[in-house]
Amino acid sequence: MTAVLEASSLGKRYGRRWALSDCTLSIPEGKVVGLVGPNGAGKTTLLHLGVGLLAPTSGSIEVLGGRPADGPAQLGRVGFVAQDAPTYAGLTVDKHLRLGAYLNPSWDDQVAHHRIEELGLDPSQRAGSLSGGQRAQLALTMAIAKRPELLLLDEPVASLDPLARREFLQTLMEVVAEQGVSVVLSSHLVADLERTCDYLVVLVASRVQLSGEIGGLLASHHRLSGPRRDPGSLPATQDVIEESHTERQTTLLVRTDDAILDPTWTVKPVTLEDLVLAYMGRARDTQPTRRSGLKVLR
Amino acid sequence: MIRSTWMQFRAQAVVATSGLLIVAVVMAITGPHLVHLYDANVSTCAAHDDCSTATSSFLQNDHALQVGLNVLAVVLPGIIGILWGAPLVARELETGTYRLAWTQSVTRTRWLAVKLGVVGLASMVVAGLFSLMVTWWFSPIDRVNMTVFATFDQRNIVAVGYAAFAFALGAAAGVFIRRTVPAIAATLVALVTTRLLDFFYVQPHLITPVRHSYSLALGTTISGYGGSNGAQASLFPGTPSLPNAWILSTDIVDKAGHSLTASVVNDLCPQLATVLGGPGPGAPQIQGGHVAAIGPAPAGANQVLQACVSKVGATYRELVSYQPPGHFWPLQWAELALYLGVALALAGTCAWWVRHRLS
Repeated sequence: MTAVLEASSLGKRYGRRWALSDCTLSIPEGKVVGLVGPNGAGKTTLLHLGVGLLAPTSGSIEVLGGRPADGPAQLGRVGFVAQDAPTYAGLTVDKHLRLGAYLNPSWDDQVAHHRIEELGLDPSQRAGSLSGGQRAQLALTMAIAKRPELLLLDEPVASLDPLARREFLQTLMEVVAEQGVSVVLSSHLVADLERTCDYLVVLVASRVQLSGEIGGLLASHHRLSGPRRDPGSLPATQDVIEESHTERQTTLLVRTDDAILDPTWTVKPVTLEDLVLAYMGRARDTQPTRRSGLKVLR
Repeated sequence: MIRSTWMQFRAQAVVATSGLLIVAVVMAITGPHLVHLYDANVSTCAAHDDCSTATSSFLQNDHALQVGLNVLAVVLPGIIGILWGAPLVARELETGTYRLAWTQSVTRTRWLAVKLGVVGLASMVVAGLFSLMVTWWFSPIDRVNMTVFATFDQRNIVAVGYAAFAFALGAAAGVFIRRTVPAIAATLVALVTTRLLDFFYVQPHLITPVRHSYSLALGTTISGYGGSNGAQASLFPGTPSLPNAWILSTDIVDKAGHSLTASVVNDLCPQLATVLGGPGPGAPQIQGGHVAAIGPAPAGANQVLQACVSKVGATYRELVSYQPPGHFWPLQWAELALYLGVALALAGTCAWWVRHRLS
């Protein structure tokens, strides 16, 4: 499987602060990828590096086999919607489309106008007076109409109300179906990803905690509950992600590709939200110890 | 890219064009009348032997408009440059739209090059057109004034260089500061400072000035006798009459090039101090400034002064350094080239910064 985005020990520093450090990840082609993580995990920095708005301080990143923003052709292959969907407040919707047409040789004017019509946007309205949802849709339309191979969306729905959010994601799904474009969208809301994405990357403090097909991830994770016991006594193939104990009961979230055979466990499936929270929690708990462990090794 | 830049710039271009049109209309109404008055009264005044009245009454025409246009001619290139240059990149950075602009299929360097090119050229055209209009309107007045260097930076082609420089300075400030209003303020301060430094230290020497020495004569090369701020009294150099020239310095020097000092004057003409009041308690007190004559001279003072000037004039001459009228156009071109060169360097700095430091 070829990668649309491949980062290796990627780092970006602002002054003395590392916004992203030693990030290694690979995102396969033809997926709708949800990039999840807490605030400050480095999602925006990663996407900006991917589209070439930023240049890496260390490590390397390849997008569609090329260096980001390395010439007009490479820029044309990646569509980008930045956080809060920036548009020119003083320009009308129609002028935004003309801007897109002027700046992108691969621009598909028909697609652009068709989308605007479908969304019910008034072409003569200034972008500054659009609602947040409409602005996001306009920005997405501009990103789509340049016919990219990869679409990078930075928190596209974070500031939208639930209805606008659903409409935006619906538009996105239509595009994916029509154009077969690969998509990476970042979010800290898992619920948005559940309906839209088929691939998940959990990023905490620059590190990929979990990465894979959502279907496969859900199938290989289980919530076990039963009488209290030491998680260390579990079979080696069962990786404990999260554990909680009461005086008499133990609840675990485990990852395993094998079936759970122990009859003392009550086995329940996990939701995507459970999964993401469990991995974020584990990262938070283990990160400091692992860091200090590295220091000791040095 | 040119079309998109034009689309975003069109509103400003319309405003600037309307402004130029309004000025053009005002000038078209008043200008020919000035030419007519010049032809009727000033060009024939020599025949009537009454030129001073004719010229001074001619110069009173449209006085408010003259002042207004001259002020506008000084500030317009700077204002255009600042208002179009400073927000060029700063506004994109401030409002976040750079994330939209720089992710289209146009590299950042090209994006900036075209923006700087189109808007920079527009500011040069506007400033240049306005300057040409002003030059035309003022031509009869300037012919009477005979002080072309007094309005050197408000006429002809230098405005194009000033506009290009102000624009590039504004753009660079916007790129460094990343916010529109502080960038405008910084540009204004930097622009005024640069222009003042240029006027005092660079412009006079862009082309080597002409030096000429004159024999001393009271009333022309010697304007009077006195001291300033309690200093010993001495002879003051006068300003020779050089129409349309820019006099940079006047000094009274001997053959070796040493300046005339008060003690030399007092040695050569001891009676001058007694007649006019020299150093010491009886000397007239001069309150600040550079004052040559205080009150009416005592009777007979003129003869004493006259004698002193001829005595000093035996070894001393007045040395004048100036830009003659013939240097006007070479200086215009040199000044234009200087500002265009600096503007280009600033544009290059902008491009480098946008490419390497904003990523």
